[in-house]
Parts: sequence; C-alpha cells; structure tokens
Amino acid sequence: MLSDKDRIFTNVYGLQPASLQAAQRRGAWDGTKFLLEMGRDWIIDEMKKSNLRGRGGAGFPTGLKWSFMPKQTGDRPHYLVINGDESEPGTCKDREILRHDPHLLIEGAMIASFAMGAHAAYIYIRGEFIAEREALQRAVDEAYAARLIGPDNTHGYPFDFYVHHGAGAYICGEETALLESLEGKKGMPRLKPPFPANMGLYGCPTTVNNVESIAVAGTILRRGADWFNGIGRPNNVGTKLFGISGHVGTPCVVEESMGIPFRELIERHGGGVRGGWDNLLGIIPGGASCPIIPAHLCDDLIMDFDGCRAATSSFGTAGVLVMDKSTDVIRAIARLSYFFKHESCGQCTPCREGTGWMWRVINRMAEGRAQKREIDMLLDVTKQIEGHTICALGDAAAWPIQGLIRHFRPEIEKRIDQYAANPHIDPVPVAAE
Amino acid sequence: MSVRRLAPPEVQPAEFVFTPENAAWASQQIAKYPEGRQASAVIPLLWRAQAQAGGWLPQRAIEHVAGILGMNYIRVLEIATFYTMFALEPVGRFFVQLCGTTHCMVCGAHDLREALRGFVGPERTVSADGNFSWLEVECLGACCNAPMVQINDDYYEDLTPEILINLLKDLAAGRPVKPGPQQGRHAAEPAGGKLTSLTDPSLYDGSVVGAWRARFAQKD
Repeated sequence: MLSDKDRIFTNVYGLQPASLQAAQRRGAWDGTKFLLEMGRDWIIDEMKKSNLRGRGGAGFPTGLKWSFMPKQTGDRPHYLVINGDESEPGTCKDREILRHDPHLLIEGAMIASFAMGAHAAYIYIRGEFIAEREALQRAVDEAYAARLIGPDNTHGYPFDFYVHHGAGAYICGEETALLESLEGKKGMPRLKPPFPANMGLYGCPTTVNNVESIAVAGTILRRGADWFNGIGRPNNVGTKLFGISGHVGTPCVVEESMGIPFRELIERHGGGVRGGWDNLLGIIPGGASCPIIPAHLCDDLIMDFDGCRAATSSFGTAGVLVMDKSTDVIRAIARLSYFFKHESCGQCTPCREGTGWMWRVINRMAEGRAQKREIDMLLDVTKQIEGHTICALGDAAAWPIQGLIRHFRPEIEKRIDQYAANPHIDPVPVAAE
Repeated sequence: MSVRRLAPPEVQPAEFVFTPENAAWASQQIAKYPEGRQASAVIPLLWRAQAQAGGWLPQRAIEHVAGILGMNYIRVLEIATFYTMFALEPVGRFFVQLCGTTHCMVCGAHDLREALRGFVGPERTVSADGNFSWLEVECLGACCNAPMVQINDDYYEDLTPEILINLLKDLAAGRPVKPGPQQGRHAAEPAGGKLTSLTDPSLYDGSVVGAWRARFAQKD
C-alpha cells in the first residue's frame, strides 16, 4: 500500500482549504523557480526518466510527448492545452483535482509550458463542471494576484493561464476534437498527421495533456524521477488516482500505487464488493470503452496498463465500475452502447451509423428478442467499425460489446431462449437468481 | 448523434440583446484568445446567452452571438445544435438533468427516473407551474457519488428517490438546499467518515515544504 508521504494529491477529498496559502503549506509552488532554473532539457529529461505515462487513458509517455515540440519557437507561438473534458463514464478523478488541488495543476502547467516554450496554456473543462470551473478560476486569480503567473511574474517567465469550457460533448475529450472546439467549431476530430505538436491550436505547435498528467509534474520534479519510477511495476510506474464506483461498500476516489492488485484496492478502499467477494459478476476497469472483465479473472487482476491488458481489457483512466450478481449485464452494456450512439460526432460513417445499429441490436438482445446467429453478426459488425474511423470513438463503442460477447455469450443465448419460450410484448422479467 | 432542432417559432421570443453587464463580460471573454480568434469564445458566449434567456437558447440569441463574434449564423447554429448542454426549447425554472449512463444506472438511476416521471411528468416537458422539467443525460462525471442529478448549475449526489423528491419540494418552496452529496459525505471520500488514506497529519503542518531540497544538495 502506498504510504501517505508518497501521495501527490494530499487534498483530494477537499477536507483542507483549496486556497493558495493552504496549497503552499502542502507543498505546491515550492521552489518552482529553482526547478525552472534547472533548464528545459533537465525538466524534459527528468520527466522521461520518471516513465510517467499519460493519465488520460491511452498511456502515452508524457516526457516523450513534451519532447516532440519544436526546440526553437519560430514565428508561430507554442501552446499547452490541458484536457479537462472528463466525460468518460466511470472517471471522476480530474474533478477532484480541479476543485480541491487546483494549484498543483496551475504549477504543473507553468512548468510544462516552460519546458515546451509555450507562454500560454488553455484548459478545456467540460461544461457540466460549473463549480469546478469556478474553483479553478478562483485559484488562477489567486496565482495572478500573488504574481506566480502572469506576464510579469516572480518566476521570470511570462505565462498566462486561461480557463475555457465546453458544453456537453464527450467527443471533445479527443485531443483534436478538443482543439476544434477550442477554436470555436463543432468538436469533430481531425485527421492525423499533422499531429498537434506541429499543427495544433490555431495551426501552432501544441501539446495536449490530461489534467492529472500535468498536475503531477511539479511533485515528480521535486522528489525526483527515481522516486516516481520506484513505485509500481516496470513500464507501469507511479501513483494514480483510482475511482471506485458501483456495487461496493464505500465508493470513492483514492490515490494508490500503480500495480495494486484489484482485490486489495476494492477491499482496502472500496469497502469490499456488496454481498462479499463471491458476489462479484464483473468489472469495467477504466471507463466505458474498456471491455468487461468477468469475476474469475478479477482474483489475480493487477491494476495497471499491462495487468489489464493481460485480462483482455485496458486500464484506461482507472475509474473502476464494480458490478455484483444482481446486475443485468446485457442491459448495462446496452446502456453504454446508447451512450456511444448519443456521443458519436457523426463525421465518419462506420461510427455514425454503426453505433446506432449496434445499440438497436444489443437492446433487442437485452430483451431476448433476437436470433442466436445475430450474436456473431453483431461481433462481425463491431470488427468493421473498429479501426475504421478517424478517432477512437468507433473503437471505444465496439470494445464493450466485444467484451460482453467474449465473456457472457451464454447469458445472451439464455435470454434469447427465455424469450423464445415465452414471447411477450413486454420485456421478459429476468428471474432473480 | 442526436437530432436537435430549434424550438418552434411560436415559442421563440421576438428579440434578444445582451444586457450591458453581459456585453462587458463577453468582451472580457473574447480578450482571452489571440487577435482574430474571437470565434473561440462562442461557447462561453452562447452559455451566457442561455443563462440570460432563462435556461434555453432562442434563435435570436444565436443570431446575436454570431453578430458579436463576426461569425456566420450557420456556424453558430452548428455549435448550438452540436453541443447538448444548449437547451433549444424552454425548460423549467429548475432544470433537472439526470445521469442515466451505466455507472449511475447500476446504482439506481432507474428509480430516480420513475420518481421524476411521477413528480414532474414526462421527460422534456415543463411542469404546469413552470417550476420543473427534466432530461436524462449522459455521464456527468460524478461516478463515485452515483446516482446523481444536476439541477441548474449544481450537482446533487448520493441520491435516493425520496431524497430527490424532497429536494425538489424544497427548491419549489424556496427553502435552502445544499448541493453536493446528500448522505453526509463531504466529496468523494469513502462514506462513513473513516478515511483509508491521507490520515498522516504531517502532510498538512508545512513540514513537506523544502524537504525535497536535500536531494539536490547531495548531488552538488
């Protein structure tokens, strides 16, 4: 278990004030000038050595991403854009940073901008987070007033931090869609290349990072790459904010080391599975797009990128949904399908048409009103959507259904049999087993 | 995708202009973006227009914002119909957005939906007294406090149908309500008041400040 001294977000529950003074007592903005004086190359090198992988879901190494920015600033300014469009179902970690530890984020943004030669950072917060946006804006105003940031600040590096917000579109969490939205357009993802490091916001070199990736930067630089690298397993290092939701005793957000066994995470922090460990049906480990992991694979599940991949799922953002045996798993996945249908931006045909098609079929299957051969057809269609769209939303819509069919096919067949034996206009009531 | 259209002409107001305060606020927002990039401010401006128009976005407001930003009307209309937080039809004084995605669903969002149907009426319909309307929306990002709703600007979390209905009654009667978790939690900590982490008091007494510098002193 991670000791309290190794936790980065020491105010994740908001039990302490979020003000600048209190944040400084907790170690934020401590020696920032000293870190900046160590130089750009040292910062990027240290971030690379820390092996921090991006916390937004894909797990791309953050230091490497920073190093993609042009070394010299040409006639186009550089930008840092922070992705606070936290809309992945199951993910509610950035919200706690924004409202309770905003100064770690602003400090991290200053350091990251310095390392990339950017003088302005924009943060894009999802529209629904109104209180969180106001909390962050308060912190930004405090930092300007204390001359920690601004055109003429005590760190000697001109830096502006702007708070921007969306208006309810999941797709804007995709980095190029976010840039489109920030430019005042519909949030439709762009083709890559060109990558944002060349042509990003307003056609200028841009790096887009998750809130958590940026907010940990200051602490990593202070305590050293070796400290961060020493937590967790190789290739999956550091600390991570986990979200535990669903059928557990005490749902919560908690910072833990990467590579914590799933069972320990749930029993230590989540208060255990409702009705006991044997009552577990399955989990969705890191947001809606991660395929479901059935209970028998959860016994030895390690919660990190490689551990979840070994269980044929993905780690995503580490917002775990726990489902006990009372859950109607087909309906649960059908609801996710509706989510993706609702949030598809409509740009690519396989996704625009496919998400709706998959939702209609899986919805029939949840009632049992389907043919067994349609299960294979549905699986085939998910394979045709996956990988054939500009952004990953098509993949994200396909994976939960693939996971369901992979692990719960007998459940779907049973439902179809039940319906065939007792055709009824209303959905068949499912026996509580 | 969801099909979203403007409200019918008979409910559209004849005119919309920003109040002087909102107009000043709009100029401030536009100044956040580089020269010639004022279109970036379109979402914040539409948002403010929606607030001024009583929680929904009439056609005249969309035209007004397009005029301020020097954008074509169609570009702003695209934005207004693409982003689902812009309500294109009138809403109640208290607009309840119920999170219905899987994480809230397995925690009981269905029961909240039935409660809303019973108390307010059908979805997307303003109640007779004009106080309420409700809408099932996708994940609102408070999964560790499920099930939850957003009423106007505020999140109300850890709900049961009884708590939700009492909340709505309090709102309608003008009694004060407390946003956030409704069952004794402060935020997203484990329920019951017993923390499983962050219990070390030395994190908060200032002793962490400067402690890391030893690492650099050794190197020199």
